[in-house]
Amino acid sequence: MSARHPRVGGAPVITAENVVMRYHRRTVLDVPGFELHDGETHVLLGPSGSGKSTLLRMLGLLERPSSGRILLDGREVVAGDKHARMMMAAVFQNPYLFKGTVEENVAYGLALRRVPKDERADRVAAALERVGLGGTQGSSALRLSGGEAQRVALARALVLEPRILLLDEPLSYLDPLIKRRLVADFSEILSGQGVTALYVTHDQDEAMVVGDRVSIMNEGRIVRSGGVDEVMGVPTDEWVADFIGMDAPLRGHIVAAEEGVARIAVADAILFGCTDLPAGIDVLVGVRPEDITLFEAGVDLPPSSARNHMRVTVEAIEHRGSTERVSLSADGLRLAASLSRASARELALEPGVEVLALFKATAVRVAAAVEVRSGV
Amino acid sequence: MEVFWNATVEAVKLLFGGDAGTYEIIALSLRVSGLSLLLAMLIGIPVGYLIGSRRFSGRGLIIALVNTGMGLPPVVVGLVVYILISRSGPLADAHLAIFSEVMPRLLYTVPAMVIAQVIISTPLVTGVTLAAVGSVPAELRLQARSLGASGVQEAFLTLKEARWGVMAAVAAGFGGIISEVGAVNMVGGNIEGKTRVMTTAIQLETGQGNFGLALGLGIILIGISFVIMNGFTRAQQSGGRYER
Repeated sequence: MSARHPRVGGAPVITAENVVMRYHRRTVLDVPGFELHDGETHVLLGPSGSGKSTLLRMLGLLERPSSGRILLDGREVVAGDKHARMMMAAVFQNPYLFKGTVEENVAYGLALRRVPKDERADRVAAALERVGLGGTQGSSALRLSGGEAQRVALARALVLEPRILLLDEPLSYLDPLIKRRLVADFSEILSGQGVTALYVTHDQDEAMVVGDRVSIMNEGRIVRSGGVDEVMGVPTDEWVADFIGMDAPLRGHIVAAEEGVARIAVADAILFGCTDLPAGIDVLVGVRPEDITLFEAGVDLPPSSARNHMRVTVEAIEHRGSTERVSLSADGLRLAASLSRASARELALEPGVEVLALFKATAVRVAAAVEVRSGV
Repeated sequence: MEVFWNATVEAVKLLFGGDAGTYEIIALSLRVSGLSLLLAMLIGIPVGYLIGSRRFSGRGLIIALVNTGMGLPPVVVGLVVYILISRSGPLADAHLAIFSEVMPRLLYTVPAMVIAQVIISTPLVTGVTLAAVGSVPAELRLQARSLGASGVQEAFLTLKEARWGVMAAVAAGFGGIISEVGAVNMVGGNIEGKTRVMTTAIQLETGQGNFGLALGLGIILIGISFVIMNGFTRAQQSGGRYER
């Protein structure tokens, strides 16, 4: 799964200001600021219980915060505001299709909005076509497969042409094969529709495919927010690094920058990274393990586009299902590479072995050290 | 067996013999229980929905009270209603016109019978409705709300989803009153042509030793119950092919 071309968000559609939610005196959500921009898909990513679904329900006016304000197009709105709620539609983890036909389900919101019957039928047909279920109007909604049911749930929301689409772990109940297919479809539909969407998930791959921006949440707080590549590429602290499966961020200093490529001093090593940041500033640097390629130490490499190559020593090898995560060190620098078991076997990797690590400048994610903990 | 055969013949004679008195009794039974059921539904379904769909402190106690109400002995309900509306009852001394003037006029009338049957039927409708509504996932209501449903629209959708249970609640409410004799006898007085219904008529005929007639009326009562319950079942199952 690869990240799609990110859409540039417009003005803030929904803004949360100092939103706090308490249950039985326990604070489960504390968000000083959050903005969902027009036309973007913003992913709330985090482990179970991190508060992302609660934040979605607050922003979707489905639940009232204990304190704080929600603004829609700059106007304060509350949970009972029907006019504001009519501008939104949601898809949840479980599709919760109502008893009846697929058509009755998809038309439900249209009927609530008193859309004339003829127009309803046309819009339902178009929405079902859009999610790949054209012609299923007369089928029983309760006899659909999990993937089909979730597509119907998406059609039921999309048919309303909502200003804001809320998606709360919409694919987490599905088996991996259907999920992979639907993630790609959802991404295409969302970007094609130009819908402003808030998408909750705990799956990083899903976040990277569907998201334009991402906010990582932990224990009711947003701990990292920004563009998908930036957030997923450069962990800002150990918790975020651990959550997104990277090593803790490397601290470095840009010693030179030219044509979008910076020379970054990290410990005793020099890395090349793609960034528009100028020379002279401190940065955090991250390299995703899957972006690093390993070679035998003595091999003569042909010229390549990889700007970074260095001799590294294997520190540890960790089994991760079908892959191996190899911890590497060189010149005070610590990296990790992800490779298949067969590759690890062929390279005879074991702690202490020296190998050659290659990665492109585009694989080196760079963020200015002073800006990384922005809340919005 | 002969007594049952004779009763069946008697039932056919009563039904098709053109006896105006019998038809009047049947009609009054249906009118009293029908109106009582309607009122019980108007109270019990919304109350059952609210209790079944909301979480609040004291909910468990209220459910326990409703469940207790489902087992109220009709004769006790009749006695309480009798005391409340009787001119010699404890409330008659309250010096309130409603107790001393208005309510005593209800004794031995159809409205008194309806009041008693509503009291018997409402907890049955409420209790089964709340159980049915409670079985609908709360997330379904959240989903409806997220698509723009108001509170009332959310309630209608939930009751539609719980339709089998709600129809069972209505059937339970009807079953609890069409066959009861204790309350209607006590507050209605079994006055011929005025408050005599099928169950009180059966009781009277049994007391007079007319077992054949009593059993004949009983067969008619069971037949009517069967027809009405069959109607409820059909309503319950309509649209069922989209519910599985």
